[in-house]
Amino acid sequence: MSVNVRIPTILRTYTGGEAEVTAEGATLSEVIADLEKNHQGIAARVLDDAGKLRRFVNVYVNDDDVRFEQGLQTPTPEGAGISIIPAVAGGC
Amino acid sequence: MAVQATESTPSVALGPAVALSCRECGERFPLGPIFACQECFGPLEIAYALPTGDPEALKKQIEAGPANIWRYAPLLPVPADVADKPNLNPGFTKLVKADRLAAELGVTGGLYVKDDSGNPTHSFKDRVVAIAVEAARAFGFTTLSCSSTGNLAGAVGAAARRAGLKSCVFIPHDLEPGKVVMAAVYGGDLVAIEGNYDDVNRFCSELIGDPLGEGWGFVNVNLRPYYGEGSKTLAYEICEQLGWRLPDQLVIPIASGSQLTKIDKGLKELIALGLVEDKPYKIFGAQAEGCSPVSAAFKAGHEVVKPQKPNTIAKSLAIGNPADGPYVLDIARRTGGAVEDVTDPQIVDAIKLLARTEGIFAETAGGVTVGVTRKLIENGVLDPSLTTVVLNTGDGLKTLDAVASGPTATIRPDLDAFRAAGLAG
Repeated sequence: MSVNVRIPTILRTYTGGEAEVTAEGATLSEVIADLEKNHQGIAARVLDDAGKLRRFVNVYVNDDDVRFEQGLQTPTPEGAGISIIPAVAGGC
Repeated sequence: MAVQATESTPSVALGPAVALSCRECGERFPLGPIFACQECFGPLEIAYALPTGDPEALKKQIEAGPANIWRYAPLLPVPADVADKPNLNPGFTKLVKADRLAAELGVTGGLYVKDDSGNPTHSFKDRVVAIAVEAARAFGFTTLSCSSTGNLAGAVGAAARRAGLKSCVFIPHDLEPGKVVMAAVYGGDLVAIEGNYDDVNRFCSELIGDPLGEGWGFVNVNLRPYYGEGSKTLAYEICEQLGWRLPDQLVIPIASGSQLTKIDKGLKELIALGLVEDKPYKIFGAQAEGCSPVSAAFKAGHEVVKPQKPNTIAKSLAIGNPADGPYVLDIARRTGGAVEDVTDPQIVDAIKLLARTEGIFAETAGGVTVGVTRKLIENGVLDPSLTTVVLNTGDGLKTLDAVASGPTATIRPDLDAFRAAGLAG
């Protein structure tokens, strides 16, 4: 499955400045593994040492926060849009 | 935007601020319009070189300052001449000794309401925006922006006009009409997003990474480390107004949780500077049951916060995915406090209780703090024999629809009709 991943500014050093890249995978976990293959180092920024999503990273698959879905096992259908966003924004 | 500078010579003059520091991993970055750690995504906050020397001299300097937040300029990330620049000059709002409310709640140790409805746009948001305006000027932004549950949109609109900046603010489409008018009246762009606050916030986070948002200072995104520091002034004012004394207990509303964490930071700074005696204090967080992710995590003993879909009349607190939630949990536990929530009917009851005992008309967030205070006392969690400060962060005129109040009677303009209504004497 090919999906489009929106890359936040602070991770664009890994994508050569690209704000959006394509990746392969049937789940978010597979997509992150594929991102790592092509953009080495990016997975360690998104996942902690235990392989879980870092607590200050939000990931959306087609507008759904994966924490409301199945986390890293959330399915990523063909053509899905995935957004990685720092969680510390907003509010006061 | 890369900012090249060393800590000893920051590229911008923002008073005692020397660097940005990651709250998670401790990595430091030069002062700049960035908000998340490039190593771990953790929130960045300001590191300071705070004044050293005689605390009494600093106290005198503060007391001789203007009757607004700039009296604390030596402790804030703002230029030394901040008070001379066009700004809304918020703060130094009333700390009301609430004896009639105390009697009703059974508080004997002294109960105070920090009433921030007295700010220029009638909420505490003027404090944080005032700091963000100075950061925006320092970094050369010409447009001020934000995601908002309403109060912030008005505060940004007003502060931008006063400072001569443009503004474009984003709100959920279903806000209270009063807040929409207050956000629109200042003439900047106001965009309603079809979604809840968390959707608006996500939109802004994406906008900031796009050329569309280039050159924009989002007060609660890329200027968030500076902006958040404005809430420290609540801690400074409360202690100064108590006669340079720490309260024993504080009840603070939680939306993203930033305000609560910054009040704790402010209290710790006052202790470190020797401006108040070092003694324990307890911090209690207050949420609405219809948006209580932090309260739920506190009660379950969790260290992380599971996001919720908000459904409450307390729209200014309706953040289902609170950025600073984990830190609120840390602070409530470290200080021996708690996080509690109240239902919408309890919020309305508490708004009316505060209004009829103290003549303060709070917005729904104030109903949340007063309601939670009452619940914590009833449950034996909050000690009524100790000095307690409850925050009211906004004006009830902004959330009129939440409180269905009307005339006691409607009569003809004659004395017989008044007598017949049974209200005389």
